[in-house]
Amino acid sequence: MSEATLPDRATNLAAPAARPRTARRTGAEGPVVQLLLITVSLAFLLLFLLLPLISVFVEAGARGWAAYREAITEPDAVAAIRLTLLVAAIAVPFNVVVGIAAAWAIAKFEFTGKNLLISLIDLPFSVSPVISGLVYVLLFGAQGYLGPFLKANGIEIIFALPGLILATIFVTFPFVARELIPHMQALGSTDEEAALTLGASPWRVFFAITLPNVKWSLFYGILLCNARAMGEFGAVAVVSGKIRGLTNTMPLHVEILYNEYMGAAAFAVASLLAGLALVTLALKSLLEWRYGDAIAAARRH
Amino acid sequence: MAASAASSSWRQPSVLPGLGLSLGITLTALSLVVLIPLAALFIKAASAGPAEIWAIATSPRTLAALRLSFLGALFAASINAVFGLILAWVLVRYEFPGRRLVDAAVDLPFALPTAVAGIALAAIYAPNGWVGSLLAPYGIKIAYTPLGVMVALIFIGLPFVVRMVQPVLEESQGDIEEAAALLGASRLRTIFTVVLPPVMPALLTGFVLAFARAVGEYGSVIFIAGNVPMVSEIAPLLIVIKLEQFDYAGAAVIATMMLLISFALILLVNLIQARTRRKLGDV
Repeated sequence: MSEATLPDRATNLAAPAARPRTARRTGAEGPVVQLLLITVSLAFLLLFLLLPLISVFVEAGARGWAAYREAITEPDAVAAIRLTLLVAAIAVPFNVVVGIAAAWAIAKFEFTGKNLLISLIDLPFSVSPVISGLVYVLLFGAQGYLGPFLKANGIEIIFALPGLILATIFVTFPFVARELIPHMQALGSTDEEAALTLGASPWRVFFAITLPNVKWSLFYGILLCNARAMGEFGAVAVVSGKIRGLTNTMPLHVEILYNEYMGAAAFAVASLLAGLALVTLALKSLLEWRYGDAIAAARRH
Repeated sequence: MAASAASSSWRQPSVLPGLGLSLGITLTALSLVVLIPLAALFIKAASAGPAEIWAIATSPRTLAALRLSFLGALFAASINAVFGLILAWVLVRYEFPGRRLVDAAVDLPFALPTAVAGIALAAIYAPNGWVGSLLAPYGIKIAYTPLGVMVALIFIGLPFVVRMVQPVLEESQGDIEEAAALLGASRLRTIFTVVLPPVMPALLTGFVLAFARAVGEYGSVIFIAGNVPMVSEIAPLLIVIKLEQFDYAGAAVIATMMLLISFALILLVNLIQARTRRKLGDV
């Protein structure tokens, strides 16, 4: 599965800058065909992407500003926002550390089983979010393999914060590693080797050379990891138990409100998440436009 | 840290330190978070016993849910392959106002939480929604039918094809197309014989990624699907329902079936992919 599940995201990152201007052959097709294809593309995007996005904000504001403010400041909503931030604040740094470690091992060394390791790191992408939550219920749930042990020791994982964090880490596991691996592979190890020869300590080499070299890919990975961590629904829905004020994250709160026919309130909370998505997209595009160049240049060396 | 391993044969020697530490962290985290929990799933499914596994796997409701998830994903990924290719072509080859903004917007399904996408799509495609109300007079219902499932799956898979195809189209060289044109090939023939063949592996990869994502998709689907058993109930939802009924074995068996079918399909496509690559040279 290695190839199909490992799209080279660094290529995407570098693509806009590396785009050869000469290859743009405006006029290869007739203007009518061009206009037709552009219209088809934009209509498709409008139907499937733009309208849903706009509708979130329109529906959120349907009951007016006061209702909107009420929906996002009532205690359950605030608790959900807090919980979402807390889960992301733990899951994302965990995946950053593991992602950097994985990228270091995979990009800087040659060892047997490397391709298998890459496939395994990518595995969570081909697992349904619901299954990502299910595996923890089977392991830690009341009737799970470790359930009796956990209960005897008073440890709560499922229907509690640890379960939410574990499920979130599972679904966001590959994000940081898959951005860093291609970039670090492209950069090679000569800088690090030179620094080591000059007597720098291993940690100094890492913090003074490796990390600054890949900082934009790292930031890119963190951005995507965070967006998914805060927005994850299926995996956390399974392990959360949806106890209001306790184990209810923002996406789950949206679902509860929606199912209780409180559409405007659901869309109000959803609009916060949509705002997060827009900020993520904006930062991501900014990175691609500004630093795609540097990364593309690094990849050619 | 890794000095002790420098002479062993499973790795090539390197002057860089830290293989032991970095590989140790990676393997520990991978095992604890991903591999052991997944193993628990397979053990749970296997422990149900052959008779029960067969009963769960062949129950009409399970089969209907699996059929909807896999055929729906296949349909959605096909739509995405066609429109994703056109979209990538337009973004790479044509100049039009707002092109960069459109380019950035393609990634929206990656960034927008699935639950938000779900309620928004349900609102638009419901009979009283912006799009649904236009179709309702013609008797076409999208939300709360299997068609609604497709809409959500198309939404979720859209960026995969575009983002896989785009870099390949950017690299494809205009001079070969010019040569083809000079040799008298029509534009359409040039596109189908010169431009598209090198794009095929990337298109297929994008298709598989969109498909794999769509098969397991839950959040964006359940709001728009209507979730009628045997009709518009997707496999991930059936897993959730089994869990809520504390039927752990049932949930584990369906989950294992989903994973095995997905992995088999991905493996199959990778084999085709490898063959195409060999035939076309390294593209």
